Amino acid sequence: MSMLELRGVTKVYGQGDTMVNALRGIDLTVEPGAMVAVMGPSGSGKSTLLTIAGSLEEPTEGEVLIDGALLRQMSRNAKARLRRRSIGYVFQDFNLLPGLTAVENVALPLELDGISGRRARATGNRVLDDLGLSKRADRFPDQLSGGERQRVAIARAVVGERHLLLADEPSGALDSVNGEAVMRMVHEACKRGVAAVVVTHDAQLASWADRVVFLRDGHIVDQTAPQAGPESLLSTPGQAQ
Amino acid sequence: MSVKHALLALLSEGPKYGLQLREEFESGTGEVWPLNVGQVYTTLQRLERDGLVESDDTTEIGPQKGFRITAAGAEELTAWLRTPPDLSSPPRDELVIKVLVALRVPGVDVHEVLQVHRRYLVELMQQWTRLKEDEADYDLSLALVVDAELFRLDSVIRWLDSADGRLKRAATDAATATPAAAASQPSPAPLPKRRRTGARR
Repeated sequence: MSMLELRGVTKVYGQGDTMVNALRGIDLTVEPGAMVAVMGPSGSGKSTLLTIAGSLEEPTEGEVLIDGALLRQMSRNAKARLRRRSIGYVFQDFNLLPGLTAVENVALPLELDGISGRRARATGNRVLDDLGLSKRADRFPDQLSGGERQRVAIARAVVGERHLLLADEPSGALDSVNGEAVMRMVHEACKRGVAAVVVTHDAQLASWADRVVFLRDGHIVDQTAPQAGPESLLSTPGQAQ
Repeated sequence: MSVKHALLALLSEGPKYGLQLREEFESGTGEVWPLNVGQVYTTLQRLERDGLVESDDTTEIGPQKGFRITAAGAEELTAWLRTPPDLSSPPRDELVIKVLVALRVPGVDVHEVLQVHRRYLVELMQQWTRLKEDEADYDLSLALVVDAELFRLDSVIRWLDSADGRLKRAATDAATATPAAAASQPSPAPLPKRRRTGARR
């Protein structure tokens, strides 16, 4: 069963002269363990696609299914529970709570879900440890570098039993080394079975994905084909001069 | 890729045999540039002829023959490292020419042409990125080679994105200026006026 499915999703903002068709009939399926990147120019509908996929916004038309469950048929509480338990969000500006330490930020979704503070903290520490951030666990966001903050944000997005990771320009203003570290983390999460959708305008980040879909004026206009292995890049002897 | 200077660089570490030079060349370039052994020996012979390397002159050329760099070879290597590659004049870029031609061909959607190339480049980048996945097998030379390739391909994609935006704006401007022209999209942009620039190579 796919982790995320968008069926004929359309989103219209405003009406009359001010009407904007942000998405037009989007069909997209993301299997568990797959990473899909969404590329497109500004205003192509990338972020809208992500907020609808994450149940933060309702589509005007069409259906969204997460782990086989139809969002339209869910109560508000059920959707809130789904967002808390199953979906991890990563934003360009990290969105860490400044008054909480790194580990407290990571543990917060678990605590909100009723897990005891002590257990949530232990889980948070374990995730940070896996991501090479154990020495930063007790620091506050303003004591961390940009790259570290984003890695903590990803730790928070994958903590617990989250199966769907939605990231909007996750490498934002980070340099290429930190951007790569962020994508490596998303890639690792996918290897553990998490499905990820990463919105980006950066081809170097998108190239970490199994599949890249191209959005233009609210339509998916194209997507990459499954890739041959990297062996095909290695040239035959005698090409150097 | 200058095999000549790569061999001089390897010999600057100390005397080596031909076969050893080939193996070290390949591992030093992340095994992305395989080299056949004949090419190594031909290059070594030329280097010896030019006085940039010396050999044990007792044996025929082959795996057992050792080579060492001369003072002139070391000077040549130092000078080469600091000589900028020829990036000064714009090359005749096939992709740029295809896009310029697409603007002139009736019935061709230039945005679709741009997208075909964008997808191909992203697919190529995905393949290069696969090489990065296993950090354990990812040595420093390979990392540098892969990054160089990714940045090169990325810069072409950025140009495609910029061309896409520029053409969209040009079409919008043309439509605003003359509403009747709105139906014909994209508006054919004029070819560069300075046609001779960079086209002499």
